[in-house]
Amino acid sequence: MSLWQYANPVKFLALSERVQPVLWALAAVFVSAGLTWGFFGTPDDARQGSTVKIIYLHVPAALMAINAWFMMLVASLIWLIRRHHVSALAAKAAAPVGLVMTLIALVTGAIWGQPMWGTWWAWDPRLTSFLILFLFYLGYIALWQAVEDPDTAADLTSVLCLVGSVFAVLSRYAVQFWNQGLHQGTSIPVATGNRSVADVFFYPLVLAMVGFGLLFLALVIYRTGTEIRLRRTAALRARMNRGA
Amino acid sequence: MMPELGKYAAEVLSAYGASLLLLAALVGVTLLRGRAARRALEETEAEAGRRG
Repeated sequence: MSLWQYANPVKFLALSERVQPVLWALAAVFVSAGLTWGFFGTPDDARQGSTVKIIYLHVPAALMAINAWFMMLVASLIWLIRRHHVSALAAKAAAPVGLVMTLIALVTGAIWGQPMWGTWWAWDPRLTSFLILFLFYLGYIALWQAVEDPDTAADLTSVLCLVGSVFAVLSRYAVQFWNQGLHQGTSIPVATGNRSVADVFFYPLVLAMVGFGLLFLALVIYRTGTEIRLRRTAALRARMNRGA
Repeated sequence: MMPELGKYAAEVLSAYGASLLLLAALVGVTLLRGRAARRALEETEAEAGRRG
């Protein structure tokens, strides 16, 4: 059995119908558990007070904002190289989800930054690259809407996705590149494992991150199914109009 | 029971309120659009079937 069989829209839809109930249920459980535990069951931080509770929204949303773009990048490359329509539609389906995740990260970051830094916004490398990533999401979605021919739209948005990947990388590593600005470094560095978050905050944060990841997956699979159906409807309508 | 949020209650509650609202809107729009697309395809397939 090959992964490429799911490039077939019919097989993709059949798979998505099977996995979606499980994905939605798991996403609901993990998101609810992470946010409820984080909001109700964790103490205030010595320096940040109760604002530390914003971490359970801000970090998972930022994580998914960046990873959504990387998922779109992989799907776009598959489209450009192998011309599988499902991969182009999956990238299209993921963009609004990534946009909302980026918006949540920006909004919660501003709300958190005001009491901690004394400002809603600063032209800090990470904040600025995140804002540019947000604008890339908007541009990507607008480009899909602006181009009538779906294959041309997929080509152009794929190239835009490649360019925007620079800012997705910068959003993740800006602190290391420039080592300046207000935003702190990564609290949970996967490479070294030397996390600076205490266990009491870390475990609910992990639940929330897994939950946001599952929610992203459920949303993208569902939305890809929607895009496939819309494409099929348009093709049938065009065929009937030609035959009429 | 509501935790004691102290002087940052407005910030914490507004962050949760805005985020949950955005997530709910995203899920809601996704499901509504999905149902509409499913219905449109079923109707179009039925029409195509009738026309042969």
